Amino acid sequence: MDKTINQKAWFLVLPVFLVVAFSAILPLMTVVNYSMQDTFGNNQFFWNGVGWFKELLDPSTDLGGRFLASLGRNLLFSAIILAIEVPLGIVVALSMPREGWTVAVCLVILALPLLIPWNVVGTIWQIFGRPDIGLLGYTLNGLGFDYNYVSNEFDAWATVIVMDVWHWTSLVALLCYAGLKSIPDAYYQAAQIDGASRWAVFKAIQLPKMNRVLLIAVLLRFMDSFMIYTEPFVVTGGGPGNSTTFVSIELVKIALGQFDLGKAAALSLVYNLIILIVCWIFYTVMTNAGAERPVKPGGA
Amino acid sequence: MNSIPGRRLIISLFLIFLLLPIYWLVNMSFKTNTEIVTTMTLWPHQPTLENYKRIFTDESWYSGYTNSLTYVLINTVISIAVALPAAYGFSRYRFLGDKHLFFWLLSNRMAPAAVYALPFFNLYSAINLFDTPWAVALAHCIFNVPLAVWILEGFVSGVPREIDETAFLDGYSFPRFFVKILVPLIASGIGVAAFFCFMFSWVELLLARTLTSVNAKPISAIMTRTVSASGMDWGLLAAAGVLTIIPGALVIWFVRNYIARGFALGRV
Repeated sequence: MDKTINQKAWFLVLPVFLVVAFSAILPLMTVVNYSMQDTFGNNQFFWNGVGWFKELLDPSTDLGGRFLASLGRNLLFSAIILAIEVPLGIVVALSMPREGWTVAVCLVILALPLLIPWNVVGTIWQIFGRPDIGLLGYTLNGLGFDYNYVSNEFDAWATVIVMDVWHWTSLVALLCYAGLKSIPDAYYQAAQIDGASRWAVFKAIQLPKMNRVLLIAVLLRFMDSFMIYTEPFVVTGGGPGNSTTFVSIELVKIALGQFDLGKAAALSLVYNLIILIVCWIFYTVMTNAGAERPVKPGGA
Repeated sequence: MNSIPGRRLIISLFLIFLLLPIYWLVNMSFKTNTEIVTTMTLWPHQPTLENYKRIFTDESWYSGYTNSLTYVLINTVISIAVALPAAYGFSRYRFLGDKHLFFWLLSNRMAPAAVYALPFFNLYSAINLFDTPWAVALAHCIFNVPLAVWILEGFVSGVPREIDETAFLDGYSFPRFFVKILVPLIASGIGVAAFFCFMFSWVELLLARTLTSVNAKPISAIMTRTVSASGMDWGLLAAAGVLTIIPGALVIWFVRNYIARGFALGRV
């Protein structure tokens, strides 16, 4: 669509700019301010320059060690849940019923986990996984597995990952389903005439059509898993030890637990910078994909 | 759509996987604490409504729900009100810095809430909004306003330009065109955007908990406190959890056909 150039459009976006700037720029300035200073209480601040940043990126210090360890854990977590949720979401989307009342039922049940407050998601899994009163923990222990997410690191990780799969696979599935729905029937008829196998249909028709939504799904899931806080916090509290302490949990511990403002602010800025870079890749890829779409063969 | 082998089985298994933990929560909410702790039963043998009764009669509990709903509704109204004109602006015009502004909005949708928890605490304390629903509502704008702009921009772009031009030729002023023509045309889009604002404000805990202490405490924060304070009142916790699922479950039904489009930020 051709857009006309009109600088007065700024008046239309001004309210949004003001509301978001109030919530984004002012707090960010506070963070930048804190990140350069040290405090010994009593609201007395001392200039500390880039000291916190140096400490943050140096694994031999306490702060740096904690940050880099939680960053590593977080990246591992994001990688694992993406590797599970994306293929599973595609399979679920392909398995959706085609018509009738079952479609609506499936859609509503799929969307249900997405609308549960995040701490309640944590509570649900906390209860569900307990060896004494939870169905999952009780059954697993009954089958002879020594499952306890409170004391065993592996079990804690498994619980947090299964919880995330439970919580968010539906998002991938719903997005893929929307992509699949946009494929005209004629494509399938043509494939049938050509005698294409199911795998060929998936590879040549369905996957390319899902490309765009899959991209959105992967990036949204990456971002959201990279800043996950509430669910693992409720279930494991970051433990046992520090084994499920992700970056956001570490940050809140430093900022609101210890009130170490300088350290927390420096961590925030680096954290934000990582998000910003990923975000920029997301935006560039999205706008490029958008630009490619209207191009039709023949240049019409 | 082409089918894959065993699809009925796959979708059934997945739906069961989704429903099992919820079933367990509902199951527990109807049990007494003695039954929860002492026996393992697949359904309540002595069903009780005691847990729900306590929530509905104790003000410190049910005020959590009204507090949550208050800031969620304020936030939804603010988000949609400011996002509508912006969505139209982004969809129809080019202007200085439009792409940068759009990217900046997106980056705020993606910013981790944990980063903003402390500065928001300072900011809203400084302007005396701390512990009011307005603080949480404004704080949630940081991710809901960009989301609303994105979704609505997708819907506005689906309205042909000719409609604007015809309306202006017919002598409609801009505000009148906006209210009388554009808003009814994208009513479903506004519904979807409102739904998503509602949802993300409803599920968020970290900021809501940080910005409130007594008067505006959301239900999710009251839940976390009760776990630690009263020890192991699992039945009550489960009942409170079930009650937080209900509003979401109700609104899903109305937007079920648009859910995917909304999650794709209006870009499927």
